[in-house]
Amino acid sequence: MAGKPTRTRLVEGATVAVAAFVGLLVLFMASDALGSAGLPGGGLAEFLVLLGRVLEALTGLEMFRFRFVWYSLATGALIGVVGPLVGMFVVHREMALIGETLAHTAFAGVAAGLLVASATDWSAPLLLSALVAAVLGAFGVEWLAERTETYGDVPIAVMLTGSFALGTVIISYGGGFSGLNIDSFLFGNISFVPVGGAWVMVALSAFVVGVVATQYKQLLFITFDEQAARVAQFDVSLYNKLLVVLTAMVVVGSMQVLGVILVAAMLVVPTAAASQVAESFREALLLAVLVGEVSVVSGLLVGYVTGLPAGGTVVLIGIGFYLLSVAASSRSVSLSLH
Amino acid sequence: MSEDAARRDDPPVVAVEDVTYDYGETLAVEDVTLTVESGEFLGLVGPNGSGKTTLLHLMLGLLEPDEGSVSLFGEPIDEFADGHRIGYVAQQATQQGSAMPVTVEEVVEMGRYPHRGSSRLTDADRRTVREAMERVEIADLADRRIAALSGGQRQRAYIARAVASEADLLALDEPTVGVDAESRDRFYGLLQELNEDGITIVLIEHDIGVVTDRASRIACINRQLFHHGDTESFVESDALEEAYGSTSSVVHHHH
Repeated sequence: MAGKPTRTRLVEGATVAVAAFVGLLVLFMASDALGSAGLPGGGLAEFLVLLGRVLEALTGLEMFRFRFVWYSLATGALIGVVGPLVGMFVVHREMALIGETLAHTAFAGVAAGLLVASATDWSAPLLLSALVAAVLGAFGVEWLAERTETYGDVPIAVMLTGSFALGTVIISYGGGFSGLNIDSFLFGNISFVPVGGAWVMVALSAFVVGVVATQYKQLLFITFDEQAARVAQFDVSLYNKLLVVLTAMVVVGSMQVLGVILVAAMLVVPTAAASQVAESFREALLLAVLVGEVSVVSGLLVGYVTGLPAGGTVVLIGIGFYLLSVAASSRSVSLSLH
Repeated sequence: MSEDAARRDDPPVVAVEDVTYDYGETLAVEDVTLTVESGEFLGLVGPNGSGKTTLLHLMLGLLEPDEGSVSLFGEPIDEFADGHRIGYVAQQATQQGSAMPVTVEEVVEMGRYPHRGSSRLTDADRRTVREAMERVEIADLADRRIAALSGGQRQRAYIARAVASEADLLALDEPTVGVDAESRDRFYGLLQELNEDGITIVLIEHDIGVVTDRASRIACINRQLFHHGDTESFVESDALEEAYGSTSSVVHHHH
């Protein structure tokens, strides 16, 4: 118990650092957009790329001189924030597999988007069709859950496998869509995040952070004690829908880097690690974001430098944190952060 | 909020009229009519599976009656919106949320949530929370994770949540399951104090001795209402034998 204020201060300080880091990356994107449109304000992006060149000259690490790396990093940094932010509620409502399910419906959405694009001249952005499919899937899961009175394994498994099956059938029907990167959607790809995709992630993240910031109390109450929240006249059904839609958004945004198969890890793993050691919900939320952030960013860097797949590296680093927190929490009550 | 209730010349806190509810084939509550007046301490007793919890859920709007109507504080239940006037401690709340990292203070703060909607808690809210924790003597546990507490301590945290919400009605469903005897006595002492302060209490309890000691009125149900009146008349009546006796006959009928 002793030294608790220090611990709180450390967690809060680290959270501010994360916010500053994410802010800088989003500013890079804004600056790069202004610069390439020939408007003033491109200085920051130029500066960061220049910094990347200096780094290359000093250490031989070339990645930071590429603009696409900065976009991937920005997308990853946002995943590290919004994944755990939504995951804390989803996991403690015992809906952990919802993320996995919605990722698979999003995959069916990508396939449908590709089919529409090949059959017509209209090529909708694939992330948009993924988002539509995931949100529809979210309502589908919610509908099944209300009918079966639980987020049971069975409706989840039906949705998960069913939508993946649909995706594979559509892809095969469309003749494989040669040249399109289905693999990137399945496994994620650090160099795959296009400028537009990064901006979609910014928009989704802004929405998710805004909702969690303003509806934190309702989400927490319902997560902790659903019946009491209903007696207190909270619209539990509405918040359940909101939560699955937020999950769908996080999944679609994160899929670009982590891939369909691994995307649920960002909801579950940092939450599990933080919940093991945190005392309060608020502290757990901040810790989960920290774990998520460190996992994503270090995973992307390690993945890039070593050529290992980024998604897998990110998830394995996160699981490393989880194992550490399990070991730490069984050993002693007062855990220091360093 | 309790001034409000007093000024309005006290409509019944809960009014249940001809309420029937079934789970598919099984009739859980049949044609029950009863009112809970402001300031009452109602003990709801009956054998296992007698529909006590179902009746309480109907009273609180967690279930909708198949027939009949329920009103809370004089308003039909589907128009009732003052959630903060009710504090509810669900069955087995002692075992709840164990994997979730939440401190006692965060739980008690939830009592203020219905007052604030989407805006932040104020300093006055935090004061109310502090006072509620002091009232039930758990202020020293404020920063402890709720899962790390004993059953009795956890129970008091839930009561503190209701106190913090300045509820007029406190509804408790077998709140002392898994709580040691000493903590139970303290807990019921606390309930009596709160009742003396004017909070209406509806308590489901399987230990009939506790109920007759503490409650001012008793409703005894086994699907139907067998007795509803003050504690003395309940003790003198044979409602208990009838209600409990009829369980075995019901079981008998079916097989």
